[in-house]
Amino acid sequence: MASNKKIEVHDLRTFYGAKEVHHGISFDIAPNEIFAIIGPAQSGKTTLLRAINRTLEFTAGSRMTGSIKVDGEDVQKTSNVYELRRKIGMVAPLPVGLPLTIYDNVAFAPRASGIKDKSFLDAHVEKCLRQAALWEEVKDRLDSLGTKLSGGQQQRLTIARALSHQPEILCLDEFSIAIDPVTTMRIEDVLKELKKEMTIILVTNLVQQARRLASRTMFLWNGDIIELDHNDVMFSDKTKDKRTYEYVNGIFG
Amino acid sequence: MFTETPFIRKKRRNEVIAKFFFGGMAAAMVIPLFLIVGYIVIQGWPSISWEFLTENPRSGGAKGGIWAAIVGTFYIVFFSLAFSAPIGVLAAVYLNEYATENWFTRIVNLAVINLAGVPSIVHGLFGVGAFVYFANFNNGKKSIIAAALTLAVMTLPVIIASTKEALAAVPRQFREACWNVGATRWQTIWKIVLPNSISGILTGVILQVSRTAGETAPVMLTGVATYKLLDSTGLFLYHPITDQCMALSMHLYYIATQANNVPHSTPFAIATVLIGVVLIVNAAAISFRVYLRSRKKW
Repeated sequence: MASNKKIEVHDLRTFYGAKEVHHGISFDIAPNEIFAIIGPAQSGKTTLLRAINRTLEFTAGSRMTGSIKVDGEDVQKTSNVYELRRKIGMVAPLPVGLPLTIYDNVAFAPRASGIKDKSFLDAHVEKCLRQAALWEEVKDRLDSLGTKLSGGQQQRLTIARALSHQPEILCLDEFSIAIDPVTTMRIEDVLKELKKEMTIILVTNLVQQARRLASRTMFLWNGDIIELDHNDVMFSDKTKDKRTYEYVNGIFG
Repeated sequence: MFTETPFIRKKRRNEVIAKFFFGGMAAAMVIPLFLIVGYIVIQGWPSISWEFLTENPRSGGAKGGIWAAIVGTFYIVFFSLAFSAPIGVLAAVYLNEYATENWFTRIVNLAVINLAGVPSIVHGLFGVGAFVYFANFNNGKKSIIAAALTLAVMTLPVIIASTKEALAAVPRQFREACWNVGATRWQTIWKIVLPNSISGILTGVILQVSRTAGETAPVMLTGVATYKLLDSTGLFLYHPITDQCMALSMHLYYIATQANNVPHSTPFAIATVLIGVVLIVNAAAISFRVYLRSRKKW
């Protein structure tokens, strides 16, 4: 299916127990776009990402209805959920260096998918660390622990790990809340490069970050899409919904 | 600048009182330790000799050594842990890593909690019925295997509980990070969760060694004889299925209350050896744990 839609979400409802998080949202994401999701806390931004890569099911009592299609394939019906998750790189808000060496952190996913070839892994680890703008800082100590790196370095290590399984989609969940502005800018530059190769979903609390990076932005509030449009609309005074204008301009109350 | 108000003075006085009071309580714990261990070792020391440790008992335990009982205790501890440690750890991995909250896991968790509270003599009676008569390893007679299994059933819930705790101490973000890159649950457990909880798991298992070595009532009913000599000082002379054995705990009880013409110091010497055996095992385990801790990566 030669579609211009990388991800199609249709009438998505998610639940934790009896609590409904998303109230039937639908939207599409195009290939190679940076798609930003903004909205206050408890809007369902993280849950949405967890529904897309089906890690939502690790939370007891969670379920979803509606459909999410990645490359036209329904994630609920896929026969290989591990392949699906490898297609999607996921970066969490707080950096998670696995308690392994830097090398093993990045080689973890390829190894988990069965790759053992040492020379491939060596080259691949270097490539991912370079893409995440971390290689120059750690190339002499790949055998030291990932957990000993600074917060900003660990976040780039997390990005390198998310790239290590060669994803077609990269989801970043408020990646910059634990790192300094300089590192944030470096990662943003990285994302602009990566856009050529993959689709990027950027969940962010920083409205300006969405404005800088994304082509389209979705304003999610209490599990509903308030507005979804191109950035030149979303960040102007021509928004269809007054709340979008207020939120973007920091006068939401 | 900073003058002391009456309020501050009172607070500081209370602080001093609290510190000494709590400190005194903590120090009080040391007293019974010294009294128990010190008294036993001092009383038992005259009886302890190389012969006492390596020879069979003679004259109903009044003379000779306790070699058969030392070997028996090691047999029981070894076989008991050989059952309870793997089963307990695997069950805990299932409960903590795989199981979702449903009626089945609720029942298992309830069983774990309640089994841990059953008195040991009741476990002993259960062992008689289940392992001596029903499983019938040794034609309706007591056997080492029956005693070991009884103790395994007794220690299982504690091992499960402590292992679950050790697994739960591994942060959930580590697991989520692994799932996110397409690792299976088992890959996550094997590569991340177990290596980072193994020292805690071992601690829980090791604590059960001293309990297993010290229990008297269950093994008395299921596998330990008051008098079962070894032919020589060879180690592998008990047959785990067809033999009963002696055990330090049971021997101590027998010598202290039943045997005649026993030197005053002999029961203390047996107690010293029992404490020594447990301490040696614990010390080995603790140093292993310290080694593992030093490799802990977060």
